[in-house]
Amino acid sequence: MSATAETPKPLTKKDLTADHPTWCPGCGDFAVLASFFKVLEKLQIPHEKICTIAGIGCSSRFPYFVNGHGVHFIHGRALPLATGVSLSRPDLHVFAFGGDGDGYSIGGNHLDHAARKNVNLTYIVMDNFVYGLTKKQTSPTSPKGFKSKTDPTGAIDQPINPMKKLVYGGASFVARTHAVQVKHMMEVFERAILHPGFSVVEVLSECVVFYPGIFDDGNPRKGGQFDVIEEKKWDNSPEDADRHDVSDENAAYRLASLQYPGKFGVFYETDRPTKNQLEQNMIDATREKQGAVSTVDLLSSRFASMK
Amino acid sequence: MSLSATSDSPETSKRPSVNSEGVTELQNAVIRFAGNSQDGIQTIGGFLARLAGRSAREVMTYMTIPSTISGGPSIFQVHLGSGEVLSAGDDSDFLFAFYQHSYDDHIGSLRPGGICLYDSDQVETIRTDTDAIHVAVPITSATVESIGGSARDRGKNLFVLGMVAALFKLNKEKIASLIERQFGRKNEDVLRNAMLAFDAGFAYPIGNVLSLEFDLKKGKVQGEDKVTTDGNTALTLGLLAGGVRYGAAYPITPWSTIMEQLRVELPKYGGLFVQAEDELAAVSMALGFAYAGHTAVTGSSGPGLSLKMEALSYATMAELPLVVINVQRGGPSTGLPTSVEQSDLMQAIYGSHGDCPRIVLAPKNVADCFYIAVEACQLARKYSCPVFILTDMALASRIEAFAQPDLATLVHEPALDQATRGEEFKPYPLDGETRHAPPGTVMQGGKYPVVTGLEHDEWGHPSASPVLHAKMTARRRDKIKAFGATLPLPEIFGDDAGEILVVGWGSTWGPIREAVDRMRAAGRKAGAMHLRHINPMPNRLDTIFARYQSVVVVEMNDEGIYGYGQLATLLRSRYCDPKIRSVCKTDGLNYKVRDIVSRVEAAAAEA
Ligand SMILES: Cc1ncc(C[n+]2csc(CCOP(=O)(O)OP(=O)(O)O)c2C)c(N)n1
Ligand code: SF4
Ligand SMILES: [Mg+2]
Repeated sequence: MSATAETPKPLTKKDLTADHPTWCPGCGDFAVLASFFKVLEKLQIPHEKICTIAGIGCSSRFPYFVNGHGVHFIHGRALPLATGVSLSRPDLHVFAFGGDGDGYSIGGNHLDHAARKNVNLTYIVMDNFVYGLTKKQTSPTSPKGFKSKTDPTGAIDQPINPMKKLVYGGASFVARTHAVQVKHMMEVFERAILHPGFSVVEVLSECVVFYPGIFDDGNPRKGGQFDVIEEKKWDNSPEDADRHDVSDENAAYRLASLQYPGKFGVFYETDRPTKNQLEQNMIDATREKQGAVSTVDLLSSRFASMK
Repeated sequence: MSLSATSDSPETSKRPSVNSEGVTELQNAVIRFAGNSQDGIQTIGGFLARLAGRSAREVMTYMTIPSTISGGPSIFQVHLGSGEVLSAGDDSDFLFAFYQHSYDDHIGSLRPGGICLYDSDQVETIRTDTDAIHVAVPITSATVESIGGSARDRGKNLFVLGMVAALFKLNKEKIASLIERQFGRKNEDVLRNAMLAFDAGFAYPIGNVLSLEFDLKKGKVQGEDKVTTDGNTALTLGLLAGGVRYGAAYPITPWSTIMEQLRVELPKYGGLFVQAEDELAAVSMALGFAYAGHTAVTGSSGPGLSLKMEALSYATMAELPLVVINVQRGGPSTGLPTSVEQSDLMQAIYGSHGDCPRIVLAPKNVADCFYIAVEACQLARKYSCPVFILTDMALASRIEAFAQPDLATLVHEPALDQATRGEEFKPYPLDGETRHAPPGTVMQGGKYPVVTGLEHDEWGHPSASPVLHAKMTARRRDKIKAFGATLPLPEIFGDDAGEILVVGWGSTWGPIREAVDRMRAAGRKAGAMHLRHINPMPNRLDTIFARYQSVVVVEMNDEGIYGYGQLATLLRSRYCDPKIRSVCKTDGLNYKVRDIVSRVEAAAAEA
């Protein structure tokens, strides 16, 4: 390395590119990756501070395709692992990725708890309404009637509504986008990353092999409609009354209740203390009370109290 | 009367002596308090244990926790002695019975000629078919009278403590200072009532009914006061000393008290402990801490460990360091949540899918809970793998006195290793130790590592190459084997060669030694070997086995379909030695020393 004081060279898409993705050609997840790169490029997060974490699934292979510190963990448990990283390493930018099965089925309970605790990290779900990696089984978001290998005559169970789950769970930033709408996707990714706390983006990302065409209704190029949420501008204009207040939880539920393909954009955003901050406050208060004490002294006095 | 000085007479030879003033001098005394959990019986036991630690006496306690939440029958047994105390005592010399049910259930635990003090306000029917010396004391009314007002019967425990102090000529000032430390924190009324009850018990004219006085001999003066605590607390402190700053878990008895303490203690050290939504999340968070570069811990009891197994298999594959604690209780399933068992050994070693080698340790007593936790942290860091600590219900809750560990030499100050890694960096070198580059580390070559549960090459890239899988499997196994090769042969207690070798692991260490003492006193050539490192175990144990006619493994688990307990099965499979026999038990209770003696003798005779 050169001896001169270095201004770090800007982080580029090239620096961030790792192995060529093993996704099928045309898979929606490619666009998610490309948008992620572009947002990182824009935000210029220091390279070594980027940490991507995922469970198991096609979408969960994401960390292999990002050249950054990363973990490819086990099915459904990316969020608790990411929680451990986030809570103990405030210097890092922690990102979790996964699919609908990983996040809403096997990991569904972890999602609620990471959300309510408001762990500081960004979670991107590539929802394709199907289990891709295991080759076409019903997923928790598969609509009724979807013919899969585990429901050859059509799915019979009511799917979950991810947006309602996220708002109910207590996520402090909840947005929805579509993998063919790259510009919109980048905008919400950027807002999610800049949001302090648990931010989630649900991306409709097509599995071209096992559920082709499912998201065409949200794709104008395929005759569908990409209906973006208009957020309040707080300008006292008469139009503003009809715009969406992102801090209004009930309004978020109303948006989440709209008929498929529904609306896209930020459903909910609120400013709540993160678990990271609350834990740090506790550490600070405890240490302030006890003063600067070495480990040996702390333990010694504990032992003395047991004599 | 035929009062003998030890709990375990007539097997042992230590006789009491009556001195010139007519005081019976005792070497040992086993005192059982039987009542309900809300009576604060544990508090008396705790005071006595701590007092023993302060007066150069050995102590070991044993208690049962009722499995119902609102209380219920509970006992606390204290074994005090001026010599080495290795077990909580088979039979009691003194029984304090608070209720009729306590009397009925525990009068049988009194050794012949023992003394039963019972609450004559509560116990109505006394058995006439025993040779116990019965002493009636109106504990309830005397306590109410001493405190006055609307005190009801709270404080009975302190009244009894006062009686015990008087009976055994214990140091009243020391006890009073302990009471003050415990209750003074609450408020003055509580402390005053406690002292009133204690003083009343101390002054109770027990001499009018019991014409005996006792003096518990002091041990050799040991200099410093000893630390008196339970196994879960010792383990918690060991983790802190060993460098653990982060952890996550989900509550379950008898593990919970470790996580409760860590939650309170860790912020003092700049760390934190997370109560997770379940054990799957707990182990995953702990692995997140480990991946982030810290020494981390998770723990549970059997049911929770079952849930952690998938992630622990990941930890072996990804070679992440993690301390994993199992405070064993009776299984399977919810089993006997408050009973003791050693039935999770195979789960600890083999409980995850795939070829999944990991280190398994087991502490032998309360002090060892501290030392083994320190060691587990060191091993997790050195070998970058999960390290299990198998403790149990008995160790978790029993109180022992031990010398304060040398903290200055044992404490590890954790530091994040974020030195820039060069281009040649390989986390999993085939010919070297695993070393991760935690997130935040600058990678000079510009290539950043992804830690994975897929089989991978030396750089961590996923690879399904058959040759590589064989090599990497061997690599993960060989590092554990290499650790095994560093382990010295365990020391032998008793005869170094001879007729019988008794082998044990975990909390049976003390009772097995006491059993070997008795066998030797009866003329047997017997020794005891204790394994703290169970996976890997030290090499060449067969050289020890060869010196004895029979080898009997004593465990608290089932003999299984093929007739051998879990450790016995491992030893037989490793050494193919038919001489190795097995003694098992599944009643959820600690071994009595005399049962070990008789069952080991029977097993050896079979051989
Ligand atoms: C414990 C466990 N159960 C099941 C599996 C098998 N499995 C792997 S991925 C997956 C579903 C993935 O679906 P999703 O999360 O929607 O990801 P996608 O492939 O659709 O992107 C399943 C069932 C596993 N790896 N681990
Ligand atoms: S199977 Fe579907 S989800 Fe998986 S990579 Fe192919 S297109 Fe994408
Ligand atoms: Mg899917």
